[in-house]
Amino acid sequence: MVGTKGKKTLVTSFVCLALLLVLVIILENTLKPTNMLFTVLKKGAVYALVVVSMNVLNGFTGLFSLGQSGFMLLGAYTYAIFTIPVADRENIYYLYNGAALNFSFPDMFASIFGEGYAATFFGVILALIAAGIVAAFVAFLIGLPVLRLKSDYLAIATLGFGEIIRAIFQWNALGKVTNGANALKSFPTFSDFNITNADGEVILRLSTFFPFLIAGACIVVICMLINSSYGRAFKAIRENEIAAEAMGINLAHHKRLSFMISSFFAGVGGALFAMFATQAQAKTFTSSMTYEILLIMVIGGIGSISGSCIGTFLYVACSEWWLRFLDSQVVFTSVGAPSRVIFLAVFAIVVVGGAVLLIRHEMKTKKRKWAMALLAAVAAALMVWWIMFVATGNLILPLAKNGFRMVVFSIVIMIIVLFFRRGIMGDKELTDVAIALSRKMKAKKAAKTGEVAK
Amino acid sequence: MSDRVLNVENVTMQFGGVVAVNNLSLHVDKGEIVALIGPNGAGKTTAFNCITGVYEPTNGMVEFMGKPIICNHPAGKMKAAYQGENGSLYTEKKVLNPTPDRITALGIARTFQNIRLFSALTVFENVLIAKHMRAKQNVFTSGLHLNHSEEKRMREESMALLEEQGLAHLANEVAGSLPYGLQRHLEIARALATEPKLLLLDEPAAGMNPQETIELAEFIREIKDTHDLTVFLIEHHMDLVMRISDRIYVIDFGSVIMQGEPAVVRNDQRVIDAYLGVAEDA
Repeated sequence: MVGTKGKKTLVTSFVCLALLLVLVIILENTLKPTNMLFTVLKKGAVYALVVVSMNVLNGFTGLFSLGQSGFMLLGAYTYAIFTIPVADRENIYYLYNGAALNFSFPDMFASIFGEGYAATFFGVILALIAAGIVAAFVAFLIGLPVLRLKSDYLAIATLGFGEIIRAIFQWNALGKVTNGANALKSFPTFSDFNITNADGEVILRLSTFFPFLIAGACIVVICMLINSSYGRAFKAIRENEIAAEAMGINLAHHKRLSFMISSFFAGVGGALFAMFATQAQAKTFTSSMTYEILLIMVIGGIGSISGSCIGTFLYVACSEWWLRFLDSQVVFTSVGAPSRVIFLAVFAIVVVGGAVLLIRHEMKTKKRKWAMALLAAVAAALMVWWIMFVATGNLILPLAKNGFRMVVFSIVIMIIVLFFRRGIMGDKELTDVAIALSRKMKAKKAAKTGEVAK
Repeated sequence: MSDRVLNVENVTMQFGGVVAVNNLSLHVDKGEIVALIGPNGAGKTTAFNCITGVYEPTNGMVEFMGKPIICNHPAGKMKAAYQGENGSLYTEKKVLNPTPDRITALGIARTFQNIRLFSALTVFENVLIAKHMRAKQNVFTSGLHLNHSEEKRMREESMALLEEQGLAHLANEVAGSLPYGLQRHLEIARALATEPKLLLLDEPAAGMNPQETIELAEFIREIKDTHDLTVFLIEHHMDLVMRISDRIYVIDFGSVIMQGEPAVVRNDQRVIDAYLGVAEDA
């Protein structure tokens, strides 16, 4: 059928997703649990969901909203409030002489089918859904006045909402519910999903698998929505509001719907973030968090779900892991150290690749000889430094000190934005790319066989 | 008068101190092709925008299939500032100001003077979106793909429409990449997908050469018959207007200056004056 993504693509996508989940389980149970990889994967999964939820609104409906951290905060607090064991509440809320709400979903399930894994699991799932619903409901209320605005004005209004929510949750008068400016903790986190035996030893690690499962399920639902009639209506609004309205699409209704759906998943994402951080505190959900999410969305590609996911993992890995070494004046003493090898490889690739790209660009456009010579000279100088480094095997990184990581990171982002102006994926999905590739291959094959036939 | 599809009564549209449409009254009967012509700035597109709910008219009433769909009278600040006529005629009537999507749902579809396609989406999607409004679904059944039959029906109907319009081979093309004439054609196809009873065309022949204009005239006649439509159009190409219109309304400065059959309008002195201007000392 024209216009539908074939069943084959759908099945392939599901198989890939299942394989990914299996891979996560295998990795988790073979590598050391303290490996940085797992922090990146967990945070990446959580952020991927939030970025995709932002993409529903910004990328697919064309509403520029910056309220994501506010909805995450709502989700995180809802989750925490509904899952902290009743027994621990006295301790956590000690400043306010106990909590107003002495009820938790895991406890509720524990009283039905006994303490254990199932009670935690269903309690957490129910609390995650509640987190989404609370965020969506607040989005509905906020949407009534705010969605009359467009573009930058909407962004400012939603940004204000995020700040207000953060202030409200830190308010002392609500201390019995939100614990004021203090953190909520000791609710079930990712590590509670490791399966243990009677002695408390871990048999099967699922702490990275769980966020992947939840975020994956949510993203699949979002994908289905985007490819449905409502998803198309959202895209129509993004493309041309006046035409969409003339086609019978109720703008107010559909914008509100999109806002609520986006906020629902941001709320679930916020709850997952609380699980990742093992605590929920209002001050972590700042507007800079929203900017981070916005940045990932732009890098990944506005209007691309797979772009958002790829962008998230690259971003989180870069900011948390791969560039960490720049924060201290590392002396790469041992010649074979993996960090040294990686650094050398990345440095060489960036310098040579960058120089080649820039010189080719120059050759195609302005053909200024002096510029080409300058570029070549700079690249050559850097490579001489590199060779010296390889030869001596011992060098202190110049400039590197606490915070330098962010400088390099920002430069990397600038380069990405300069060369991939529409993000890594543009508004294409991985499936589109795969289909295009397979078509190309087929065409090549056909051409080859044609030649042979001649 | 069951065969009266559209009835516009005393519609005035005033922007601040400018009266763009002044006491406009006209009607379109079932199965007719009626043209609205007039010099630049006469208020033709504004009249369309009033009928389709893009603007809330300052005063007046619009009836569709015998039922009032739009009704308004000057109120608030506008009460004192109102410069049009019949300002007190509708004060007792219920105010109706539906949004454009409600009007489309009633069965009035329109195209735009400057093409407004969903240009980054495919031709097929453009038509499919128009089917969204009439689909029996909600965000859960549709979003979670629980209602396959409805989705299938929408897709089949859209494809059938594209085939009928001879656009099926372009179904997977991006709408914005089509040549201009085909974009115009697609916009009409998309309007037809909303299953209208009345089709409003705002300058369908804009930017077309004489040959294309003649083809367009044939095409409008054809869709009128196959889709059981009534057509109301704005046009500057007189050859098109004269060729297909049953009746013509001529407006200038927001008011109807005359109406009649093409042959009558062509030779009317008032129309010639409106288009060419009247000599100062005449």
